Amino acid sequence: MTEAAAHLSGNSATDSRSARSFVTSARGDRVFDILITAFAASIPVLLVIIAISIGLAAWPALSRSGLSFLTESTWDVAAGKFGAAPAIYGTVVSSALALIIATPLALGVSIFLSEIAPKWLRQPVGFLVDLLAAIPSVVYGLWGIFVLIPLLRDPVGPFLRDTLKLGATPLFSGPNYGYSMLAAGLILAIMILPFISAVTREVLLAVPQSQRDAALALGATRWEMIRDAVIPYARSGIIGGIILGLGRALGETMAVTMLIGNRPEIASSLFAPGYTMASLIANEFTEATSDAHLSALMAVGAVLFAVTLIVNALARWLVWRVTRGSR
Amino acid sequence: MSRRSRHARSNVMMGMTYIAAIVATLPLLFIIFHLLRQGAAYLRPGFFTDMPNPVGETGGGMANAIVGTLILIGTASLLGLPVGVGAGLYLADKRGSLLATVVRFLSDVLNGLPSIVLGIFAWEFLVRPFGGFSALAGGMALGAMMIPLVTRTTEEMIRLVPVSLREAALALGYTRWRTSVSVVLRTALPGIVTGALLALARIAGETAPLLFTALGNQFWSTSLREPIAALPLQIFTYAISPYESAHALAWAGALVLILIVLIISLVARYATRGRYAGTGD
Amino acid sequence: MPALETELKRVTPAAALRGAEPPASSSKTETILATRRLNAWFGRARVLRNVSLDFYDRLVTAVIGPSGCGKSTLLRCLNRMHETVPGAITEGDVMLEDASIYHGNFNAIAVRRHIGMVFQRPTPFPTMSIRDNVAAGLRIRIGRGPSKSETDEIVQGALDRAGLWGEVKDRLGEHALGLSGGQQQRLCIARALATRPRVILLDEPTASLDPLSTQTIEELVYELRQSIAVIIVTHNMQQAARVSDRTAFMLAGEMIEVAPTTTLFTNPRDSRTESYVTGRFG
Repeated sequence: MTEAAAHLSGNSATDSRSARSFVTSARGDRVFDILITAFAASIPVLLVIIAISIGLAAWPALSRSGLSFLTESTWDVAAGKFGAAPAIYGTVVSSALALIIATPLALGVSIFLSEIAPKWLRQPVGFLVDLLAAIPSVVYGLWGIFVLIPLLRDPVGPFLRDTLKLGATPLFSGPNYGYSMLAAGLILAIMILPFISAVTREVLLAVPQSQRDAALALGATRWEMIRDAVIPYARSGIIGGIILGLGRALGETMAVTMLIGNRPEIASSLFAPGYTMASLIANEFTEATSDAHLSALMAVGAVLFAVTLIVNALARWLVWRVTRGSR
Repeated sequence: MSRRSRHARSNVMMGMTYIAAIVATLPLLFIIFHLLRQGAAYLRPGFFTDMPNPVGETGGGMANAIVGTLILIGTASLLGLPVGVGAGLYLADKRGSLLATVVRFLSDVLNGLPSIVLGIFAWEFLVRPFGGFSALAGGMALGAMMIPLVTRTTEEMIRLVPVSLREAALALGYTRWRTSVSVVLRTALPGIVTGALLALARIAGETAPLLFTALGNQFWSTSLREPIAALPLQIFTYAISPYESAHALAWAGALVLILIVLIISLVARYATRGRYAGTGD
Repeated sequence: MPALETELKRVTPAAALRGAEPPASSSKTETILATRRLNAWFGRARVLRNVSLDFYDRLVTAVIGPSGCGKSTLLRCLNRMHETVPGAITEGDVMLEDASIYHGNFNAIAVRRHIGMVFQRPTPFPTMSIRDNVAAGLRIRIGRGPSKSETDEIVQGALDRAGLWGEVKDRLGEHALGLSGGQQQRLCIARALATRPRVILLDEPTASLDPLSTQTIEELVYELRQSIAVIIVTHNMQQAARVSDRTAFMLAGEMIEVAPTTTLFTNPRDSRTESYVTGRFG
């Protein structure tokens, strides 16, 4: 048998080492595969565990009150009444306010960056906008307390109430202490702006140049091209970005807790303090003494978990649909 | 509509986007301005070496919080790095499989979860059963936050490695796993390290998951089984305190936090660049 | 075909050696690698049809043919690289001396250690130094690998055989990416040679190189044939004529004709071969 054949067949006694090495290599591959599959699979497992553990802890409170947990508007710890409606209301209103303010701004910035800005401006401005996402929530809260809220107390608040005469409307009625739904909505708007903008920028850039050229060739102005050719093409992606921003706003905790006043009441005025689900948990969790209280907090957490899950899944799916088609 | 007024409208709209860009960058500039002004006013070397003073007194520092943050992100990497890199390897390797699609999607979902929900989860598993708040619980909550970030960047970096390198290794007689580790992973390593460092920078600023896990600690502690101070937690506590002296500390702390985040980000981008492109040793 | 005849009449080392040594049919040449009715698929597309071909030791065999004829796939089947692509299927056999590569009781890893391969684009490992690149194939053996001094010796020997030693001996610790394209390709050849294979496979090794580097590598191939069997796939007929002792022509997955290079180019038997080498297609 030639030397090569002896090596390859692994039959000869002198080559028991090579024979072993073949088995080891196959085993090594298998171990590696199992290892990385385990790590990958731990992600779905982690999510399931989170869902189950929160669900189980929330169950006592939910089973006791049933669906009225979500609609009952009295959250009185001392009396043992836990209605989550104020928190849910506050979450919805603050997030909606944030979206209303942030979306046009984010759209404007994104259109500016992808279609209008001169080349040398794109990098720096884009960088600055993206930097907003890197600021920790607690720093936003800090700035909010010492800069934004004084601003809202005076001059912004009186401006809205008296100068614009909005004080007559239910939205701006009542006293204004600064710590309010408005403050929370504003800070949330700043915080979600970079996210909406980043996604929108990405989908706008994914629009093929041919679409723009076709519109321009038909005699459209720059703005008309953007409005009629670019935006419709990227529409579902833009909506996805907006929903993504919503998802972030829903779950935002620290900055909101520091600015919203933490009062478990439903009020129509934006000047009034309020509560969100996240800030409720943040505020009361360490103080929760009774099991009922704890379970109620867990229930709020479960609702928050479910809502953000759905919203984020929806957002990702929309964005994925647009960018997949054009890659 | 006449051509002239259409053009006018177009110019107006474009002007509006300029305004939007200005309005969007204003808050950032304001925040930076205030951070520098208020924070730098109070920052002195003692800030980094002193412990917090009793409530209400001026002076004192955040030494324990700074060290606490470092310990927390270190603990977080024990969970976040192996799982993130391993999952990233899997996703890059078995791109189209069902599990890969599910994992990629759920990783994004995990990324979007409110951080306070992760805090609740860590409390449920690591605080309640053991009867006490701990740095470990906080670290694990942060680690769970790291996972999707590291997974995504790892997958992207590995996919950037050309197939030809993998083939060259296989043709030399490398086993598949050896190829993945000694050649592919090693080549993608600078990018993976960058991604990991950026993830660390992100979680260093997180407060919510720590509220009822690490809890915060007035005193010096480096034990994983005890509550531990953390920079964002301290900033929060001081910010909502009624005392002026605390507010000053909060600003200083915020400035330091931002600086830490900035430094880690810069290290991430700069240090890993030099590895590859040099011709000397 | 005046151009080719001129090529062949140039005094090339291969031609000169041919003149000095007995003709190829002497007992010196033995078959080192042989395919037996080799078939290959990518999924459902059949790429090789019943290819049976012998490769001789210490000879350079070129495989030529138009794009898509399957020459690269044939090469990749010889060291079981074809099967690393998902959906790739092989049927038939390849014999390395007397041992079957596909149906013996050993695996693909072992095969690849005995048959080296160099690819179209140079692929040095970017994170390793020049020395570590060459030694890359050595360190993977199970059990004790060679000692440091043994490794240094092997590295020097391989770089020498690849004609690169003089240029890099003072900078073995530097990054491999600092070398020029031609040097990187020679580095890859050294890396393949370090494991002392019986056969080395070259898949269009000069396709991405400049003419000067191409010439250097072609001269290297002549040197190599003194100690090792070389199988080179090339789309450049002139290169095949310059470099090889035997040439095989493939078309649409089939082996059409194999003959000593001079014969194939000046007096091919098959009309399809003639059409190709006279430039009527491909």
